[in-house]
Amino acid sequence: MSSISKPSVRHPSAQKNQIGLSKADYEGAMSTLCAGCGHDSVTAALVQAFWELDLPPHRAAKMSGIGCSSKTTAYFMKQSHGFNAVHGRMPSVTAGANAANRELTYIGISGDGDSLNIGLGQLAHAIRRNVNMLYVIENNGVYGLTKGQFSASADLGSMSRKGEVNEQTPIDPVLLALTLGATFVARSFSGDKSQLVPILKAAMTHRGFALVDVISPCVSFNDHEGSAKSYAYMRRHEVETVMTDFVPLRREIKVPETHEEMTVVRMHDGSEVRLHATAPGYNPRSRDMAYRHVQACIRKGEVATGILFIDDAGRCMHDMQRTVPTPLAHLPFEQLCPGSAALNHLMERYR
Amino acid sequence: MSGINDFAFKSATVNGTGSASANTLLMQAIFRMGIPVTGKNIFPSNIQGLPTWYEIRVSHEGFTARPPVIDLIVALNPSTYPQDIASLRPGGYLMYDSSWPLDPKLVRDDVTILGVPLGQMCREAFTRDRDRTLLRNIAYAGALAALLQIDMAVIEQMLTENYGRKKSLLEANHRAVRMGYDYARRHFDCPLPFRCEPMNETAGAVLMDGNTACALGALYAGATVGAWYPITPSTSLMDAFKEFCQEFRVDPDTKLNRYCIIQAEDELAAAGMVIGAGWMGARSFTCTSGPGISLMQEFLGYAYYAEIPGVFINVQRAGPATGLPTRTQQADLLTMAYASHGDTKHIILFPADPRECFTLTVAAFDAAERFQTPVFVASDLDIGMNDWMMPRLTWDDGYRPDRGKVLDAAALEQVKNFSRYLDADGDGVAARTLPGVSGKGAYFTRGSGHDKHGAYTEDSAAYAEVLDRIRRKLETAAHTLPKPVISRQDGADVGIVFLGSSEAPVREAVVRLREHGVRADAMRICAFPFAPEVREFLDRYKTLFVVEQNRDAQLRALLTIETGFPRDQMIPVLDFAGQPMTADELVTAMSTHLAGASA
Ligand SMILES: Cc1ncc(C[n+]2csc(CCOP(=O)(O)OP(=O)(O)O)c2C)c(N)n1
Ligand code: SF4
Repeated sequence: MSSISKPSVRHPSAQKNQIGLSKADYEGAMSTLCAGCGHDSVTAALVQAFWELDLPPHRAAKMSGIGCSSKTTAYFMKQSHGFNAVHGRMPSVTAGANAANRELTYIGISGDGDSLNIGLGQLAHAIRRNVNMLYVIENNGVYGLTKGQFSASADLGSMSRKGEVNEQTPIDPVLLALTLGATFVARSFSGDKSQLVPILKAAMTHRGFALVDVISPCVSFNDHEGSAKSYAYMRRHEVETVMTDFVPLRREIKVPETHEEMTVVRMHDGSEVRLHATAPGYNPRSRDMAYRHVQACIRKGEVATGILFIDDAGRCMHDMQRTVPTPLAHLPFEQLCPGSAALNHLMERYR
Repeated sequence: MSGINDFAFKSATVNGTGSASANTLLMQAIFRMGIPVTGKNIFPSNIQGLPTWYEIRVSHEGFTARPPVIDLIVALNPSTYPQDIASLRPGGYLMYDSSWPLDPKLVRDDVTILGVPLGQMCREAFTRDRDRTLLRNIAYAGALAALLQIDMAVIEQMLTENYGRKKSLLEANHRAVRMGYDYARRHFDCPLPFRCEPMNETAGAVLMDGNTACALGALYAGATVGAWYPITPSTSLMDAFKEFCQEFRVDPDTKLNRYCIIQAEDELAAAGMVIGAGWMGARSFTCTSGPGISLMQEFLGYAYYAEIPGVFINVQRAGPATGLPTRTQQADLLTMAYASHGDTKHIILFPADPRECFTLTVAAFDAAERFQTPVFVASDLDIGMNDWMMPRLTWDDGYRPDRGKVLDAAALEQVKNFSRYLDADGDGVAARTLPGVSGKGAYFTRGSGHDKHGAYTEDSAAYAEVLDRIRRKLETAAHTLPKPVISRQDGADVGIVFLGSSEAPVREAVVRLREHGVRADAMRICAFPFAPEVREFLDRYKTLFVVEQNRDAQLRALLTIETGFPRDQMIPVLDFAGQPMTADELVTAMSTHLAGASA
C-alpha cells in the first residue's frame, strides 16, 4: 500500500477534543488515491468521527484487506497500529486480534470486492461471531485497484466504463448483514459527511459487529452514466430513511429538534444514538421492517441510508466465548501454566 | 522372536462396534504389568461399518515400531477373514467367533484356529442388543487374557476404574471378561507359548497419544488463542486443548475463561486468527493437516514477510488431496519448508513421539516469538492418534516464555523514532511493539514492500535489504533450534538420516542391522532450517540412507537444497503406503542395497 507522509502543520489554536488532541492528530499519511475518489471522503469522515469520539489513537487497531479502499487505514490515525491483511481476509485477522486483546477499538475498512467477492465467507462469519468492531465497506461496485472489473455489488444492468453490462444479480451487503443476524447495520454515502459522521460514531460505540456500507464512487472506473454507484446516481437516488444523532456520554445532552418519531438507543458505554425515522413509521429495532424497507427501495431504484437496524442486546464474541475481562495477551504466565505439580498429577491418568 | 513378552496380536473388527475399549483395556493391562507395549490403530475413513484393525505389540526390548509379524489375530469381521488369516505368521493363532461356522477353505495348516462362541455367549448372558454387541469385545479381551496370561486382577481393577460409578455396567463388564477368560481356560491350552510375564519396565512411563501431548504443550507454553477447522487427524488435538483449558484455565471466582478457542469457518480464517492474535501479543496456534496447510499458504507467506509469530501444528496424513485421511505419511515436508509464494522458509520442528510433541510444542512457541515467524510442528497421524509408551512428562517451574524482542512503553521512551524492521543486534531479528501500548510504537503491518523502518516501498534495494535480513534471521534460528540427535557406533561406515515418527522403526533397524554385521550411525533431524551438524554428518559416510515416509524423497531433496550435499549420494528408503513403517522393511531395503553394492 502506498502512502506519502504528510507535513504536520499545526495551527496553535486548533480546537482540541476532550483528550487534548486536535483533528490533525487523527490524520494519517497523505492519500495516494485518485483525486476525487469517494474513499478519501470516507477518510475525512473517519477522522472527524474519531476526533469527536475522543478516541485515543494508540488504543485503536486499524484493520483492512487489499484494494484501494483497504488503503484507507493508512490515511487516518497514524498513531494507531494498522494491519493491511491479505485480500478478503481482514475479518479473521481482526477476530484473532480481538480475541487476544478485547480492550482495543477495532476499525475494519474493506472494499466491496474485498468483502463480497473473495471475502464473503469471512465477512459472513465475522457477523455470526459478532466480533466487536466497526466494519466499513467502501462500496463502489468495481474493483478499483485492478482497474475496473465488476464486483459482486455491481447492480444488475449497470455498465462498466468499457461498456460491458453486468448481468449478474448483486449482493447487497445491508440485506446480507440483516439476513445473517448482524446487530448493527447502516448505509451511507461518502458524499454526505453530515450523515456519515454520526453513523460512524454510533457504529463505533456499538458492542458487537457494526456494518456500515458506504457508497463511495470510483471516479476512475465507475463514475459514468450507466453506473449505479456514481456521484450523480447517488445524488438522485439516495433516500434518507433514518436520521442519526449521536449523543456521547459526558457531553451535555441536547434534545434535538425533531418532528418525526424518534428511537433512542443507549450504547454500551452509556452514550445515546437518537434515530429519527424519515420514512413514516420506520422502526430501526425491527429486522423485518429494515429488510422490507431496504428491498422496497432497491426495487424503486433508490438507496436507503441511515442506521437501518440496531440490536443493542446482542452478545459479542467475548460474551459467547465467556472470556475473562483482562486481555488474554496480558494474562500473567502464572495464570496460564498449571505447573509441575499439576502435570505430575495429570500423568496418573495415563497409567 | 515371538516368546515371553515379545509378540504381537491384532484385532480385526468393524468400525463403530466398540472394540476400542477392549483394545485399550488389553494394552493398558499389559502396560501395568510393567511390560513395554504399543498399540496402533489402523482405521478406515468411515464412522461405521468398514474393517478396522488394532495392533498391539509387546516388546521386552522396548521397541515401539509396528510389529514385524503378527502372532495372533482376533477375527471378528468375517469380511476380512481371508486377509486376516493370510497375514498370520506360520505357527500363529487365529481366534474367531465360532457362533457362526468358519469357511473350511480358509483354514491354513500352519495356523491354529481357536473358536470362541463370543456372540452366542453374549446373547445368552445379556438381554439388551447393545450390550450383546459391545460386551462381545470385552469377552474376547477375557479370552486373550487367558491365552496371553494377562493379569486378570489388573483387568478387573481397570474395569472398576472405568465403570466404577455405573454399577450395572461394571457388573456386566466383569461378567463378560470372566466369560471369555473361563471359556479359553476350559477349551484351550492356556497360556500360549508367547505370553506375558510381569516385568518392571514401565514404572516411570505413561501411555499417551501425540495430539494430547501437543495440547498439553500448548497449555504449558501459555497459548491462549486456538483457532482451527476440524480435520482428521488433528481434531483431537484441539479437543484435548479445550478439555485441559476447561480444567486449568477457568477463573475460579468468575468462572470465565482464560483462553479463547475459535472454530473457524475454514483454514484460511484459522490462519488469519492465529496471525491476528500473534500480532496482538498472545500465544496463538492452530492444528490442521495437509489440506488445511494448503489453504493457509497465503497467510503463511504474509506472516513470514510481515514477521508475525504463530504456531501451526501439522498432523500429517496421507495425501495428496483427501488421499487416505486416516493413514499416516511424512509428505508435507517441502510444503511446510517453503509454504506460500515468493521467497519463504519456515521453521519446522519434528517430534518423534508424544513426549517430544510436548517439549517441541513448547519450543515452537518460543521460536515463533523469538524469531517473529510462523513455526510448524510436524507431527503425523501415527504419533498424533496412536498411544505410545513414553517417560512421564515433567515440567520445569523455572520456565518462562521467550517473548522475543518486544519494546514496552518504557523501552519506547528510550528510542527516538521506532523502526519496525531494523536489525539493531545483528542477528537478523528486529524488535516489535504491540498494539495498544503507545502511539510512538505504532506501525503499519503490511504484506506489501516495506523498508527497514516499516514504511511502504517499491524501492528495489530497500525491499531486498529486508528480505535478506529475514534470511539472516532464519540462519540465526538454525543455530538455536533443537540439534539433530545422533547415535554412533564404533567403525560405522553407514549413515541413516531420518526424522519424526520414523524414529521407532529406525532405532530397531539399527539393532537388527548390527545383528547382521552392519554398523550404522543414525541422525534424527529435529528442526528445519538445518543446523550445521546436519551437513557434517552427511559428509562422514561411505553409504548414506535417507529414510522417510513419502514417495518423492522430500527430506533428501531438502537436504540437497539446503546443504548442497549431492542428492545422488543419498540412497532413499521410502514408504508412502500410509502405514507406519516396520523395522523389517527398513532392514531388508538397506541390506539389499548393501549386498548389491558389495557384489
Ligand atoms: C489473492 C488475491 N487475489 C487477487 C488480488 C488482486 N486484487 C487486489 S485488490 C482487488 C480488488 C479490490 O476491489 P475492492 O475490494 O472492491 O476495492 P476498491 O479497489 O474498489 O476500493 C484485487 C482483485 C490480490 N491482491 N490477492
Ligand atoms: S481507482 Fe477508483 S477506487 Fe481506486 S483510488 Fe481511484 S477512484 Fe478510488
